[in-house]
Amino acid sequence: MVDTSLAQTPHRSWQPALRAALGDPKVLVGGGFIAFLIVLALGADLLAPHDPLAQDLMLGSLPPVGMAGAEPGYWLGTDDLGRDVLSRFIHGTRTALTVAFIAATIAAVVGTFVGLLAGYFGGWVDAVVSRLIEIWMAFPAVLLSILIVAILGSGVHSVIFAIAIIDWTRFARVVRAETMAQRQTDYVTAGQVLGFSRLGILAGEILPNVLWVVLGLFTLELGLAVVIEAILSFVGLSVSSDTPTWGGMIAQGRGIIYQAWWVFALPLAGLLATVLAFNQLGAGLRRSLDPVMQR
Amino acid sequence: MSPLLSIDNLSAVSRRDGKPILRNVSLHVDSGTIHGLVGESGAGKSTISKIILGIVSGGVVVTSGSVMLGANDLVRMPEREKRVLIGSQMALIPQDPLTALNPGRRIGDQLTDSLRMWKGMGHKAAWARGLELLDHVAIRDPQRVMGLFPHHLSGGMRQRVLIAAAFAIEPKLLIADEPTTALDATVQKQVLQLLKRLQAEHGTAVVFVTHDLGVVAQICDAVTLLFQGKVMEQGTAETIFNTPSHAYTRALLAASPRYDDPAAGLNPIDDAVIAACRAEVAQFDGAQHA
Repeated sequence: MVDTSLAQTPHRSWQPALRAALGDPKVLVGGGFIAFLIVLALGADLLAPHDPLAQDLMLGSLPPVGMAGAEPGYWLGTDDLGRDVLSRFIHGTRTALTVAFIAATIAAVVGTFVGLLAGYFGGWVDAVVSRLIEIWMAFPAVLLSILIVAILGSGVHSVIFAIAIIDWTRFARVVRAETMAQRQTDYVTAGQVLGFSRLGILAGEILPNVLWVVLGLFTLELGLAVVIEAILSFVGLSVSSDTPTWGGMIAQGRGIIYQAWWVFALPLAGLLATVLAFNQLGAGLRRSLDPVMQR
Repeated sequence: MSPLLSIDNLSAVSRRDGKPILRNVSLHVDSGTIHGLVGESGAGKSTISKIILGIVSGGVVVTSGSVMLGANDLVRMPEREKRVLIGSQMALIPQDPLTALNPGRRIGDQLTDSLRMWKGMGHKAAWARGLELLDHVAIRDPQRVMGLFPHHLSGGMRQRVLIAAAFAIEPKLLIADEPTTALDATVQKQVLQLLKRLQAEHGTAVVFVTHDLGVVAQICDAVTLLFQGKVMEQGTAETIFNTPSHAYTRALLAASPRYDDPAAGLNPIDDAVIAACRAEVAQFDGAQHA
């Protein structure tokens, strides 16, 4: 009887991959920060020390605690209308993350679907989709989003719609290329011999291997969506002005930057850190989870 | 008894430029035998196996001939019936075990696909059968291996898994597309022995695509030698190896490295033989057009 060589690792299925992901510093730091933001967004009502909309002109333009003239309880100061900056930032997190997650999910689902079809069927389907993507990507994203929101009217729904409609191409492009590569593989051929339907091959053989790429893109897209939402609220096209947003705070803080720079600084720092965290999380996840990369 | 697989006068051309890919190929494979399909790159051996399996690309057009599996002509069958016939009666052992398993799916799931698809087995029953199959190809601790992903396994182990998967539904016909090319020599021998053993146990007919005459000598019952899509010589392995009649066959045999006699060195195929083969093919093409 012939002998078998030993398998290289004794683990099974999912757990080792997850453990590896959680041991990755990028995932830990990036994911940790995102988790912190999610907690802020979900618990905004409990965590914010003040009502983010409450104005008190007597307490206008207070500097953060530790600077001369600071008022206890207003940790990061107030804006020119006397609203607590920290509370507004915390409530702004809610808007930013809600928009980012919904918009990125829609973009990912639509883009992945279109990319799979184009990559798998090729021919005229691919030609049509590819040209469409090229035309789409020729438009500057920010201008296009402003245009879309201007046409649809401002509001959260319009912002989500605008982000999804612009960024589905990011997913479609990458998924298409990945699907084409997958289609050439022996296991797809084996699936055909076995008699799997086209849908079965797409969903059962190709999608699982493309999903990791989508996951990486998705986290990147979350960061981008946060930025686009901030841009749209900066120009006043996002949610109504009585809802605190990071972009709105930056716009407001820009006007009073010489009197109260902290109004401007906190949301800007938050934006920067959020995008960075999403990017790191995406890179880390891809590195530790992708089975294709471990071949 | 009529052969299980009968390919008769099969010709195919390239869709792009109309150049012949297969030239009047006929071959017959009986149940329980291994038929070696030998030729250099581009000789058409892969095209033949793809036509049998119904996965030939759009660039190849079959112009004439038939591929009969039992009483069914695979060339002329409706697509849907063909898929059922191929899926339930044939299996493929692919060339490269490193890329033939889906990196994103567990071994157990991939191994049992055909059982769930064609034997109507539920997940549990198929999984239990999968354990037996792995055990039968001498994989230790099948329970654990079923839950692993392909990248956890060595090349030899993956090829065993693929062989186990190929025999899962006890196919009547097995297409082995250079299954040992990507393996090193010792593993290659083990895999060949395993393949031969299972084939004998199940009485499976095998079309064994290869360019390695040494492998053919080890396991094949009959051999077809192809050159540029034309059959150069055909016969039992014994005849081909002992009394080759075609100059190309003799040249190929002489070109095989002699491990038992290092002094013999390497004998590349003489240009004159290749030229003669080309002339034979050209003469055939001329006769077709006339």
